[in-house]
Amino acid sequence: MSTTEREQRAYIAGVAADARINVELETEGMTLNIGPQHPATHGTLRIVVRLDGEQVLEAEPVMGYMHRGYEKLTEVRSFPQVTTLINRIDWLGSFANEVPFILAAEQLMEIEAPPRAQWIRTILFELSRLANISLFLGDLGVQLGAITPVFFAFRDREHVLNLIESVTGGRFHPNFDRIGGLKDDLPRGFIDETRAVMVKMRQFCDEIETLLFGNEIFEARTRGIGVIPPEVALSFGLSGANLRASGVDWDLRRDSPSPLVWNELDWKVWTHPDGDCFARCWVRLQETREATYMVEQLLDGLPSGPIMAKVPRIVKVPAGEAWVSTENPLGEMGYYVISTGDTGPFRVKIRSASFNNISVLPWVLKGVYVADVITIISSLYFILGDVDR
Amino acid sequence: MILALDVPYWAQTLIKVAVVLGLVSGSAFLFGYVFLFKVMAHMQSRLGPMEAGPHGVLQLMADGVKFIQKEDLIPERADRFVFAAAPVVVMISTVLLYLVIPAGPTLVGENLDVGVFFALAVSSVSVIGILMAGWSSANKYSLIGGLRAAGQLIAYELPLLLAVVGVVIQAGTLSLSGIVAAQAHGEIFGIDVFGQPFVLTQFVGFALFLIAAQAELTQTPFDMPIAESELVAGYMTEYSGFRFLLFYIGELATAFAFAAIGATLFLGGWWFPGLSTSGGFWSNLIGPGVLFAKIMVVAFFIFWVRFSYPRLREDQLQTFAWKVLIPLSLANIVVTAVLKVAF
Amino acid sequence: MSSADPTGPDADTEAALPEPDVDRDALVLALRDELGAAVLESVVRPGVDAWVRVDPAAWVQAGEACRDRLGLRYFCFLSAIDWMPSPFGRSEGDGVAVSAGGPSSAGEPAADQRVAGGGTRFQLLARLVSPTTHLGLTLKADLPDEDLRVDSWTEVFAGADWHERETWEMFGIDFTGHPHLVHIYLPGEFEGYPLRKDFPLVARMVKPWPGIVDVEAMPGEASGDETVDAAEPT
Repeated sequence: MSTTEREQRAYIAGVAADARINVELETEGMTLNIGPQHPATHGTLRIVVRLDGEQVLEAEPVMGYMHRGYEKLTEVRSFPQVTTLINRIDWLGSFANEVPFILAAEQLMEIEAPPRAQWIRTILFELSRLANISLFLGDLGVQLGAITPVFFAFRDREHVLNLIESVTGGRFHPNFDRIGGLKDDLPRGFIDETRAVMVKMRQFCDEIETLLFGNEIFEARTRGIGVIPPEVALSFGLSGANLRASGVDWDLRRDSPSPLVWNELDWKVWTHPDGDCFARCWVRLQETREATYMVEQLLDGLPSGPIMAKVPRIVKVPAGEAWVSTENPLGEMGYYVISTGDTGPFRVKIRSASFNNISVLPWVLKGVYVADVITIISSLYFILGDVDR
Repeated sequence: MILALDVPYWAQTLIKVAVVLGLVSGSAFLFGYVFLFKVMAHMQSRLGPMEAGPHGVLQLMADGVKFIQKEDLIPERADRFVFAAAPVVVMISTVLLYLVIPAGPTLVGENLDVGVFFALAVSSVSVIGILMAGWSSANKYSLIGGLRAAGQLIAYELPLLLAVVGVVIQAGTLSLSGIVAAQAHGEIFGIDVFGQPFVLTQFVGFALFLIAAQAELTQTPFDMPIAESELVAGYMTEYSGFRFLLFYIGELATAFAFAAIGATLFLGGWWFPGLSTSGGFWSNLIGPGVLFAKIMVVAFFIFWVRFSYPRLREDQLQTFAWKVLIPLSLANIVVTAVLKVAF
Repeated sequence: MSSADPTGPDADTEAALPEPDVDRDALVLALRDELGAAVLESVVRPGVDAWVRVDPAAWVQAGEACRDRLGLRYFCFLSAIDWMPSPFGRSEGDGVAVSAGGPSSAGEPAADQRVAGGGTRFQLLARLVSPTTHLGLTLKADLPDEDLRVDSWTEVFAGADWHERETWEMFGIDFTGHPHLVHIYLPGEFEGYPLRKDFPLVARMVKPWPGIVDVEAMPGEASGDETVDAAEPT
């Protein structure tokens, strides 16, 4: 045998040995990492799936790529500084993050913001819901392959972001809520502008409904996929549209007493009995439309008056514990605030909706196809900042 | 060829090769600009590239230069030879397709008697290239993409072929030039001015052809192999720079070729009422323009569907091919044959 | 066995005692029925919330009672509280050297400041809500420092799985019976329990707040850093 022949045989034997090892290790299924850098996982979420061909045997989400240690950070900040921090938990609907914290602090201080402030808070809350869920509706198409609706979503979302910017100065991070009220009043022309934008958002919802939800391929991809029964949903702590899509009629805006003025409006809670991906997407679409109606009613009934209660300059919140949770765009977001009479909180437990929403993934992803993994995680809808805080 | 010049065979071959290569890249760039940049952008209520050149016409030139000057990355555990050969295999199948498409009565690379058969056979060589790309990339996403592609492309070959069989039965010949001639000399209820584009009688075949072509080009709703939001880029994930450019040119040029075949088989190809099918200066001059217009129409439909629909899941895709399209195409053949014999 | 203990006086009302919250009182009463002596203390703030502190040995039993008997089937969250005041202080305002040890001057929580009492350093905190009546219950359990363990709730509520992982990771509380108690946010080799008060916030150790402000010289001015000390803690 010449040298090259020997080398060739050695090479082939080596490759064959390698292949044998691979085959032996991987007969039970191929392990695939979806993420952390992946177009579908709304951020840096990593799902380790074990596949048998195209079917998932088991899946495990791995999080923490974006963990910023918020609960530790709040312990060294004063109350107004915490507001800046928690804006960034759910960065798409950021005003909604501030509200439960401020309400908890107000509950501890036993002050109430004046009515005009509460109404404006509700308006901004619903506007943040519109900003958040309109992106979801566009993104839904992209995850499934329809690349066009997302541009319409971004186009129409710009109007809502412009509104939020005109009031608060920030498109994404308003940092507008204060203990006792709001930082500033509404600018001139806001009410008319908002009415026009609500009409546009309703048109957008109709457009998405015909473009995406009326499509047979969309229905084939989402109906019957990722069914979560209501008891499982409650046990995992799913909230928001995910829970309502499983048939549980529960909306914190209607059912929990709150200083914000949802119960003075005439609106409807949308549920769906199926609990599959289609139900979750559909419920969110209806909620978006409902939010536009709510904003219009809020604009009609906006009272006049001050926007800030009498609050001392340096805010010292008396000792106590308070829990407030609200129906944020992503689900139920709540803050358990423990104060010891200092300028800042002693401990803040942030209950974020997406953390619970994703905890159902190992249960729901068993036995589905790889393509359905994407459909399911996009229909559960989470934001990494909310998951990881 | 065109002019009755006595050009030696080697010169003819060189000219053909040059024209085909020019067409391949030219058509890819044209499609890329018109459809992927401008039409897609306007459908998504935006403008597309506007900076490079007037209305962004030079954008692709800039992109081409960018691709060419990129670093040639081959993953460490990839099979180097197969990795490098895969885009070439795909390009081979694309280039060979252009040989048989007639753009005029004598404007064809090679007037094969089995033109359609050759075209469809050669187009399935790209499956090998895709599988090579998926396997050799040493990347699980590419592997999944490659396997999906294999399943899908093989499944959709059949409706493609069977849809064309109906046309072949009606024309009575496999040669593409012969099919154009058959459409040119046909009659619609006795009126022979417009010829008889086969889309009128073979409308089922046309629909099947368009759907199957969409799947063969791995365009949405059949783009599981690429599935951008799941597999990043499927079998193309590890390719960058010039190799990726080859894949992309191949994809767009194949789209052009399939649109051309579709236009030839169903819409009458280069023929327009008034042109002569037996040669002549004017037919050879206007023919390409007519064919080009028909290609753009067919391609518009292909890309329109691509931008609008979500994608089908792999098993739904296969169900659609095997349980819906193939029985339909078989039925189409039977009906065509019966009617051909009857009339 | 009265469970109505209205703390949190309403300063606005003239009445001595606000109206009792019938539903929440009934909730706490039912839990006392089920658990008996395991319910150590309870607080109901009418119209606001209800707290119950239970014996940690009866933690799982309390969870099951809430789920089955009280109808609190929705698992909101589970976490813990470290009641020790931070030895590092909060910021420049409290005049405590960040690098030196020493308790913060303000905010040392006395035992009677806690809602529903309790005296240990670590306290388990969980919340369950009923999807039908929309009433919730906040459960607490004191954990002794030498025995930082409690039974896992994974059999009772599926969602407790991840919350318990996070609580273990952040506080070091061991959940016996948890199927997969590993890090959820932090990398696998991480040492220490970050949310404990004696775990320093390294960012503040490295650079005290608000710290030295480096101001770059304007073009044309003398080079060299102009440092502006802003209330640096001594």
